[in-house]
Order: sequence, then C-alpha cells, then structure tokens
Amino acid sequence: MSEKRPGRKVHAYTPGLQVKKNTIVRKTRILPLRGEVLVKKGDYVNFDTIVARAFAPGDPEIINAAAKLGVAKVSLPLYMQKKIGDEVSEGELIAQNIIFFGLIKRRIYAPFNGTIEHISDISGRVIVRGALIPVEVAAYIPGQVIEVMPDQGVTVETAASFIQGIFGIGGESYGEIHMAVESGDEPLTPDTIYSEHKGKILVGGSYVTADAMRKAAELGVVGIVSGGIGSLDLKEFLGYEIGVAITGEEECGITVVATESFGEMPMAEHTFNMLKELEGKTASITGATQIRAGVLRPEIIVPAPKAAAASGSEAELDVGMMPGTRVRAIRAPYFGKLGFVRSLPTGLQKLETESMARVVEVEFDDGTRAITPRANVEIIVE
Amino acid sequence: MGKKEDLEELRVKIEKMQHILATDVGSTTTKARFFHKRGGEWRFLVAGEAPTTVETPYEDVTLGVRNAVSEVEELTGHRILSEDGSGIVVPYDGKMGVDLYCTTSSAGGGLQMTVAGLMKAVTALSANKAALGAGAIVMDVLSIDDGRRDYEKIRRIRSLRPDMILVGGGTDGGAYEKIAETLELIKTAAPKPRLGEGYHLPLVFAGNREARKFVKDYMSGDFALSIVDNLRPTLEEEVTEPARRAIHELFMEHVMSHAPGYTKLMTWTDIDIMPTPEGEGLAMQLIAKVFDTNTIGVGLGGATTNVYSIFDGRFVRSVSANLGMSYSICNVLKEAGLENILRWIPIDEDPEDVEDRLRNKMIRPTTIPQTLEELIIEHAVAREALRLGMVHHKTIATRLKGAREERKFVVFLSFSDELQETYIDMLKVGVIAGTGGLLSHAPRRAQSLLVLTDGFQPEGVTRLFQDSVFMMPHLGVLSTVYPEAAWQIFDKDCLIRLGTVVAPRGTGKEGKEVMSVEIEMPDGNLVKEVMRFGEIKVISLPERAEASAVIKPRGAFDVGMGEGKELEATLYGGAVGVVLDTRGRPLVLPQDEDMRKKKLFEWWKALDLYSMDY
Repeated sequence: MSEKRPGRKVHAYTPGLQVKKNTIVRKTRILPLRGEVLVKKGDYVNFDTIVARAFAPGDPEIINAAAKLGVAKVSLPLYMQKKIGDEVSEGELIAQNIIFFGLIKRRIYAPFNGTIEHISDISGRVIVRGALIPVEVAAYIPGQVIEVMPDQGVTVETAASFIQGIFGIGGESYGEIHMAVESGDEPLTPDTIYSEHKGKILVGGSYVTADAMRKAAELGVVGIVSGGIGSLDLKEFLGYEIGVAITGEEECGITVVATESFGEMPMAEHTFNMLKELEGKTASITGATQIRAGVLRPEIIVPAPKAAAASGSEAELDVGMMPGTRVRAIRAPYFGKLGFVRSLPTGLQKLETESMARVVEVEFDDGTRAITPRANVEIIVE
Repeated sequence: MGKKEDLEELRVKIEKMQHILATDVGSTTTKARFFHKRGGEWRFLVAGEAPTTVETPYEDVTLGVRNAVSEVEELTGHRILSEDGSGIVVPYDGKMGVDLYCTTSSAGGGLQMTVAGLMKAVTALSANKAALGAGAIVMDVLSIDDGRRDYEKIRRIRSLRPDMILVGGGTDGGAYEKIAETLELIKTAAPKPRLGEGYHLPLVFAGNREARKFVKDYMSGDFALSIVDNLRPTLEEEVTEPARRAIHELFMEHVMSHAPGYTKLMTWTDIDIMPTPEGEGLAMQLIAKVFDTNTIGVGLGGATTNVYSIFDGRFVRSVSANLGMSYSICNVLKEAGLENILRWIPIDEDPEDVEDRLRNKMIRPTTIPQTLEELIIEHAVAREALRLGMVHHKTIATRLKGAREERKFVVFLSFSDELQETYIDMLKVGVIAGTGGLLSHAPRRAQSLLVLTDGFQPEGVTRLFQDSVFMMPHLGVLSTVYPEAAWQIFDKDCLIRLGTVVAPRGTGKEGKEVMSVEIEMPDGNLVKEVMRFGEIKVISLPERAEASAVIKPRGAFDVGMGEGKELEATLYGGAVGVVLDTRGRPLVLPQDEDMRKKKLFEWWKALDLYSMDY
C-alpha cells in the first residue's frame, strides 16, 4: 500500500545532459595549490587570460650521499658543504670527503639549481629540491569575474549557449565552430576535413572515424563534436584502450566530444541545429569526463554576452520526472529515442529480462509508446 | 563500534525497537533497507533506491539518502523522513520514524589509500592486507624492492591523491634506516589529499617500534600522524588489527567529515558510518562462523569487486578496484579481453557492437538491461570479473613470507620475489556467497548460481548463497550493535540458499564417465545419476531441505577425498537445487565455435537459465 502524493516528481537515475541555447555559465577556476589570483572581481577576462598562478615545489633529487662519499650515514652532516635551506646552483659542490692526504676526493655536486631540503643522518641521504614550477590557470571562458577566492582562484560568469556531451577526450581549448557535415546523421570522415579548419571546432554528425580524428589533429583542428564515437576508432586513435571514463589528460593533440553515445548515433536534432546557428562563433571546449567521484561531462560553451536575458544556469539541479517531462532513452532497445513521459507507474513491473523494475511510460517523437526502466532514460534539459 | 558505550548511546533500547532503517551510500546508488519486528522476529520489509548525490551539482549525500528513503515511504506508506528535511525521525512514535538508523558508504570512491612497507612480499603485503581489511581501496603499494626508482615513486605518490597513507616496515627492535628512506620519499613527494586542501593527510605508522620517535619528529608537522602497533612485530607474526582500527578512526575523523554531506549524515546515524566493504566483510565472516566452514564471498559492485575468504580461520579481503559492472566495466573488458567475454555468449554478436554496449554502460552506469540479450552480455562480463577478482585475491591470500617454519632443522626461507602459492584450495571451500547489484537483481536464481560457479569454479561439494536484495553491508553494520536482529534478517530474508554444487576436480574427454551419485531424498526416494564429462544437471531440492549423498568419482577425478575416492556428504537444497557439474575443473570451454555454442545452450537449458527458446 503506497501513499500517493499528487504531482510528486520522481528522480531520474541519470542526471540529464544539458543543451541550452541561452543560460548563465559559471566556471570556478582554481589552482591545485595556494598561489596568487591575478585578476579582481568585476574584471572582464578572455578565454586565455591567466587568472591565477602558483608555484609548485620543484622536482626533488634524492642523493645517496653517505654511500657516494664512503662515510657512515650518521656522520654525513660532517661532510656537508651546505646546510638545509641553502640555495645551490647546478654543479655547485654540496658535500665532499677528502681522504688519504687529499689523494682521494669524493665529491657531490648539485644536480640542478635548487635548495637543500633535507640531510639525513639516519638514511645517509641528501634531498635537493629543484626550482619552483609555475602553475597557471586560464579563464577558459570569456566573461566577468564574479567571485575571487583569495590565493585560490576565481569564478567567471558569462551568458552562453551550453552543450554537454556524454564522453570526451582531450583537455580545454577554444576555437571557432564550423559545421563539417550537412546533417546530424552524416559521419565525419577525413575527406570532409581541410587545412583551413585549423584552429576550429568541427561539428560532425553521427560518427567520427579514427582517420578523421588523426587528420584533424595533424591539421591543427582544435576540437571535434560528434554524435557518436566508435570504441575501436577511439582505441586506434589513442593507441590504447580506455578502461574507466576518467579523461581529459590525453596527449592526443585534439579535443573530441561525443554528444550521444559510443557507436554510430546521429547527433540529436536540437543539439545539431543549435551548433549550426552558432557556426562562426568562438567556443570553449573540453573533453574531460569523469563518471565517478565527482561527475564531469565534456562540454561546449559558446559565450554570448549581448544575448537576451538568460534563463537558469548550467548548474541547475535535476528537477525530477513527471508526466510531460522531456526524456531520452539511453539504453537498448530504444537507445537515442526522444519523447515525453506519459506516466510513472508506481510499483515494480516485469521487463523482458524478467527483472522487476520501476518503469516509466514514454511516448516517443515518432508516436510510438514504450515502457522502459526509469533508470534507462535521462531528462533533457533544454 | 558495537562497544558497550555505543549501545548506551542508542536512542532506543534494543528490546523496545520495532523499526530499523539501514542505508548504503554506494558509488552509484544509495540503497535504503527497511526492517521491522514481526511476531517477535526481525524481518526485511522493503527496499528503496536512488542515485547517490555526492557529485556536483548536488554535493550532499543526504539528498540521495532522502530520495532512497522516500521510495521506502512510497512503497510502505510508513513515514520516516522529518517534514522539515532535517533527517530521519528517531524514535518511532507509533505513527512515523524508526528506532535505529545506520549506514555504510563507498561514495566518492570509498576510502582510497596508499600503503608502503619495506619489502614487497613481507611488510608491504601486510600493510596491504590491513588496509584492505579496513575496507579501503589500495591505490598503490610501495616498497624498497618494488622495482621503481626513487623519482618514479615520488612521481607516483604525487599523482595519487589518497585519503590516507599506511606505512609499515621493520620488525621491532631492528634498525630503521630503511623506514627513514621510505618516509623521506613520502614527505618529499608531499601527496595532496583527494578531498581538497585545508587538512593534513592522515598517515598511520605501523612499523618498527624503535622508529617511533623519529617518525613523530619527522612526519607530524606535515601529516595527521597516528602511530600504532607493528604489523609485523616479528617475521612470524602478522598483527593487522591495530592498524585497521586506526584506519577506521581516521576515516571517520578526517575522510568522512570532509566528504560532501557526511557531517550532516553523521548526525543522523546512531553508530559510526562504516565503509561498505567493511560491512560486507562482517557479513561474510558471520556466514563463515554460522556454517562453520571455509567460505569465499564476493561483492560484485559497479566500481569494484571485493573478494573475501575465511579459510582455516584467516580472514582476507581483496579489492579489485578496477573491476566492476558499471564504472569499471571496460576495465574488465580490457583485462579479460573481448574474446574471454564473448566465449560465454552462444548468441551471434558483433564484437564491435558488444564493445560499444559496454562502453555505453561505462558512461551511463546507472542503466539496467532491459532486453535478454543485454542481460546475457552483462552476465558474461560478470563471470570474467569474478574470475579476475579471484586471481587477484589469491595473490593476497598467501602464507607469510619470510617466516621461518617450525621444522626439525630450522630453515631460513629466502626473501625471494616469487610469491608463495595461495593457501586457498577450492576443494576445501564449503560455502560461496555473493552480493552486489548484478547478483541480487538476476531475475532467475539459476543465473546467479551459474555466474558464481563459472566465475569461481567451486570444487567438491559447495553450498552457494546470494544476497537477496543487496543488504549484506547493511546487516554487517547492524550486526555491530544488534547482532540478533542482523542474523534473523540474514537468515530469513537476506541469504538466498541457491543450492549445492557438486563438481569434481579434474578434466577428461567429452562424454566419458566422471562420477556416479546416489542421493537419498527427504521423502526416502533414491535418485541415482551417472554424470559424464561436459554435463551439468539439476536435481530439485527445495530450500532448507537436506539429502544424503554418496559420490563416487572415477579415475583421477576428486571430490575432496582424493582421486577416485568416494565421498559421503549432505547436500543442501536451495532455490536452484543440487547441481551436478562435470564440465571439468578447471572449466575449459570448447575451442570450436559451433561446439562451444552447442554446449552453452545445453547447459543453459539444463538450468532453465533464461526465458528463451534453446
């Protein structure tokens, strides 16, 4: 016996991918360690404006000094020419042992410019820390700085069109959007990619081949957006297999975003049409994907500072399903089909597998209706 | 936990309790389980599930807990959540609420640790076992002899963002310069905690007692240091409990309190939040204790596969953090290889299409199979995940390296890099128990029985169990304060008796006689079967029923008494029954494609595995 609460929303198991024409996008740009924020609240920044900088500890070198000098570990400090905290230059003498009336000199020199960090009379080792490594964070999206977190970073805000993908590879970049195909169900192949596409983000349709990705990377294309991407093509392009969906650090020379799925899948009409309208505009793109422990989805952000008043933000919470909610099936046998929720039966229902599951009745855009597990649809946030 | 002072802190006395709520905040899904006392007995009532809300934009696990509990409310009509959203109503006032709320968690990837010891097969291995026993996922095991240069180890430590580090090394009383070297590496690398800056990374030192002062002076400025008893006080002893306890306490104090929403969740619960694998491990140990036999358990999750063994009194847990049925499903694909997955599927499949399906599951991990074809593919992957999980487990479940054995002449065993053989002998394992979404949601019990059987390949006479609705972690954590209730629910509602598998060790020629079995059924009937190589047969025997059997293996086949030696055994019934499995151990599928498909369909038909036309 269940207590029904009228108008009650139920929660989709998969937060929906967002495809919004006009929204507020906020990106928090944070240093991985404490540093200095280089802009202030209210400043306008561009894609590549460095908003914060820090210095990471340099690489350390651990030297088995006592062994090299031929002395007891406990005696090492006696043979040091430098002490903890001293700065050293590459090649500078830092320790020596002169024996047999000066006939034998065992010396240790600094391997690089740095600082003596540690001298151990227990392990007999000396640690030299290299010069600081600058770490910078760029704005990534053009907009206004609306918040400054001292020593850490900033939040940048802009009105923009926002498209979320399902999976991607490659890190942050930006470039001009260019439609490389006529419709969302055409594949992106090498013969549709030319040298004048350098610096651009190419929009494909249903599929992008390994050869196309390779050619695009070679020509200096910044990014590719496609409906689908094949597992084998991805493996061939990267040279290795992806085991878990944690990406964004691939050194493959290009950012690739799949908006729909693995395999051949036409790009959703709404997404394709939106990108077509935005052709010629400069967009930010990232392929970084992380499915567990802090979900990240790849995205394309097209700033439009002078657009009409934006509604909502890209960080809106999932508001739940109810009759009339726009959804997409995200698993066989209805994979990729769009429709509306007709009803949300309470209680469990039997599937073809004979499993019992909470289901949703969907009326697809082609007029057909189906019962499918609630876990197998995602809400479309437009 | 489970201590007297915890019992005194419970808001309702145990004897007065009527309703208990337990949740597990998993990496994908938050699962609520609702129990009540009926006729003086504790029983499971209903389950509710919702996506875990640890990630953006939610960043508050209590939202997912509330959603899961809302499902329970919807299905039962029993109100549990407070109207103002502040939490769970405790106690039950006659109209709403529960008398006890407890939870386990593996959200945000669970407890992730890096461990270090001096020697890979000695103290590093012991440190690994301690961390695993505490429910952690071990991201890396560092040791002096792990083959990596110092700069590689530093780079590795820097790239990892553990929640905690455990350092072991050195027997008590010895020199500790090697420990100093290990700590120098860690301090130099300056690892950053996963859950952001702003707090010191917890570090547990469980090594040579003589090094304690040095460790404190050298490390306490940069780490939240905890010093406990040595993991290996002597080479012959392994003492992991103090380290495990410290890990748990630091987990609660440092990790949990920094994960989004946990501080709030901790105010809702009556007892400490426990890592899910710890709860699962407790449940497995309970099974081993009650049935008084060597037990293998498995938690086949979305992101990880946890394998537990209680063998000759030794409890070992391994985590294959890279093997799972959703997030990590493509790692199973990668490690096992597509061929090994496809070999379990007799339906014609386009290999590229199967790869795409698995990758789509990886990027949309909360989806479930709707078609039979999709279910069959997932079950094939599950077999490989179990097989690989067991291979990994056997590398941990080994005899202590370095210990001198008591012999007539004292022999010093070398510190060779070769791992000792595992002590786990499947012929001596009496129980296999499985939990996790895929097993619990398998629509036919025979499916989970065969997945476990094909994955682990039990030998001899083995009882198989599964978790009915995934509630082992819940009952594990409950057992720490209310073991009586936990066992009642376990026995009556959680543990599905799948049946008994009789599988002789050995291989032979197709069609050749392997064994004969005479089973005296509960009604007195005598069932006689002659089993040939390549066969599998089910004899119906209901749950809670028992039958006496005489098993006579032929030739070199062994059911536990030696090759060709007869065994008298009690066979226990179950949802499937008694399964006579003479497909061979090890189980090798036919190389020929047509034969492979034929045999698979034969076996599926024998078990009425799927609702299909064979």
